[in-house]
Amino acid sequence: MASIKLHEIAHCYNAGKGAGVDYALKPLNQSWDNGGAYALLGPSGCGKTTLLNIISGLLRPSEGRVLFDEKDITDLTTEQRNIAQVFQFPVVYDTLSVAKNLAFPLQNRGLANDVIERRVAEVLQMLGMQAKANLKARGLNADDKQKISLGRGLVRTDVEAILFDEPLTVIDPHLKWQLRTELKKIHQQFQHTMIYVTHDQTEALTFADKVIVMYEGAIVQIGTPEELFEQPKHTFVGKFIGSPGMNVLPCELQGSDIVVNGNKVALGRPVSVSREDSKGLELGIRPEYVKLSADCGIPVDITGVEDVGKHIVVRSKFHNSDVNIILREGEGIPGNPGLIFEPSKINLYQNSYLVGTV
Amino acid sequence: MVLPVLVLVAFSAIIPLMTVVNYSVQDTFGNNEFFWVGTEWFQELLTSERFHNALQRTLLFSGLVLLIEIPLGIFIALAMPKRGIGVSICLVLMALPLLIPWNVVGTIWQVFGRVDIGLLGHGLAELGIDYNYTQDTFDAWLTLIVMDVWHWTSLVVLLCYSGLVAIPEVYYQAARIDGASRWAVFRYIQLPKIKRVLLIAVLLRFMDSFMIYTEPFVVTGGGPGNATTFLSIDLVQMAVGQFDLGPAAAMSLVYFLIILLVCWVFYTIMTSYDNDEIG
Repeated sequence: MASIKLHEIAHCYNAGKGAGVDYALKPLNQSWDNGGAYALLGPSGCGKTTLLNIISGLLRPSEGRVLFDEKDITDLTTEQRNIAQVFQFPVVYDTLSVAKNLAFPLQNRGLANDVIERRVAEVLQMLGMQAKANLKARGLNADDKQKISLGRGLVRTDVEAILFDEPLTVIDPHLKWQLRTELKKIHQQFQHTMIYVTHDQTEALTFADKVIVMYEGAIVQIGTPEELFEQPKHTFVGKFIGSPGMNVLPCELQGSDIVVNGNKVALGRPVSVSREDSKGLELGIRPEYVKLSADCGIPVDITGVEDVGKHIVVRSKFHNSDVNIILREGEGIPGNPGLIFEPSKINLYQNSYLVGTV
Repeated sequence: MVLPVLVLVAFSAIIPLMTVVNYSVQDTFGNNEFFWVGTEWFQELLTSERFHNALQRTLLFSGLVLLIEIPLGIFIALAMPKRGIGVSICLVLMALPLLIPWNVVGTIWQVFGRVDIGLLGHGLAELGIDYNYTQDTFDAWLTLIVMDVWHWTSLVVLLCYSGLVAIPEVYYQAARIDGASRWAVFRYIQLPKIKRVLLIAVLLRFMDSFMIYTEPFVVTGGGPGNATTFLSIDLVQMAVGQFDLGPAAAMSLVYFLIILLVCWVFYTIMTSYDNDEIG
């Protein structure tokens, strides 16, 4: 096991063709501690898989170095790096049995037969597939095939890190929880460095100690699930995490007050940001921290109400911005409603980046 | 919905086949008079040394052709580029031999191998190698095998190549993660994935080589002696040369049944590993 360090890593797929460099991954520095459980979260096409493939060596970065325990391994092949990676779609060796599939990575590395047998038996039990050990992989359903793919990643005990590239996409929802819990348990038991790529925030937040949010080829925030929720460093993070995401409204600073389209936001204390220039300033507030009150606050038009079971999502319109409000079951919508923001939960953004709190 | 198919198959296969069946159980002395002979022609054929020899030659020819063309075809397909301008160039080069009419292929090799004027034959003679496909059995066989390999390996290549390019990239990535050797990648990913197209290649090459007629007829005419008289050449000699319609019809049926049987055997063997359990 090793700590992984990415130094000035960047990648573009059309390197050297034409003048315009189109980065799939913008230059970044990032280290991953030994034994950490990380999630890479972001929308499709944000560079998550590119980053993962650079770590495993399937892709050579156009710029920068990859270090394992301070040792430069940028030029080593995937085979030499000792990394396990599980892909989005199941990859099985059709003609081999389930057990032989699991033994395959170990056999290729020339381990002793009794070690292989022991490890395969352990992983079979972990996956609950003992009964299917001697079945050919080709006849299995997608769930089982993906379990084998996971198993081939977990069977090696000496790997530097295990990388998961949206491994549960094809898995049935009820099994997803089970496998995720299993992965979490395996992590606690063996303390492998695990990096888990996903575009599903629930998956990321439940799996990882640290979540890395990516957007347009760059890392926009690294933090615990709580930090990402309470203090998104970028409006994208705020909108991407949470359901519905954070409300973002254009605003201005007037003295120590925040003004949204001529409406002063009731704060109760001064803003802890000193900005001369309030150009491109935005206010971010989570729907959980917005209340509706009658005849006071910022007046809005209610455009829709959705009852999602445990709470009610109220959609409203304020000038050109959409504002979502989460009401607890039983809370009514007052007549002539106005928005009240919980002051301590307001974040201020300039050009999409966090610049201050209240 | 089944009727049009039945009508088509009746006209294209069943009715002509029944005519052959009809001939195979009768004898004629001309004047359109026929006599019932039962299974006599079949008994005569199956005990005839001439038939056995021709059958053995044909089986040997098909066996050699398959042994050379299938591995060679897979090898070339593996070596072909997967992207870039090289793909088109390779595909066109590979398709060229397949576009040449069979009798032209025969003529090309007939001239090519001639000792007096052929580039190959004359060249070999100049090098002091004693090569003459019209007189030497081994040389005749060699010429026919090389000609068939030149003509038809491309078909195997194209089929295998189509199977190979259909394998998703992620399989190769997973194999690299698993530390698989080049051989293991071939054995456990590429070969299983191209098995179905390979089956088609094997069946097509077996059927075509087992029925080969035009090329050996043009190049060697079945000689020297009867050294390259395959079943097809023998059959034409019997039916057209000697006008022995009964024996020729019986031979046609047996010929057809052998092809059917061997294809069935190939098919069964190559698909038998599909869904079974292994101990």
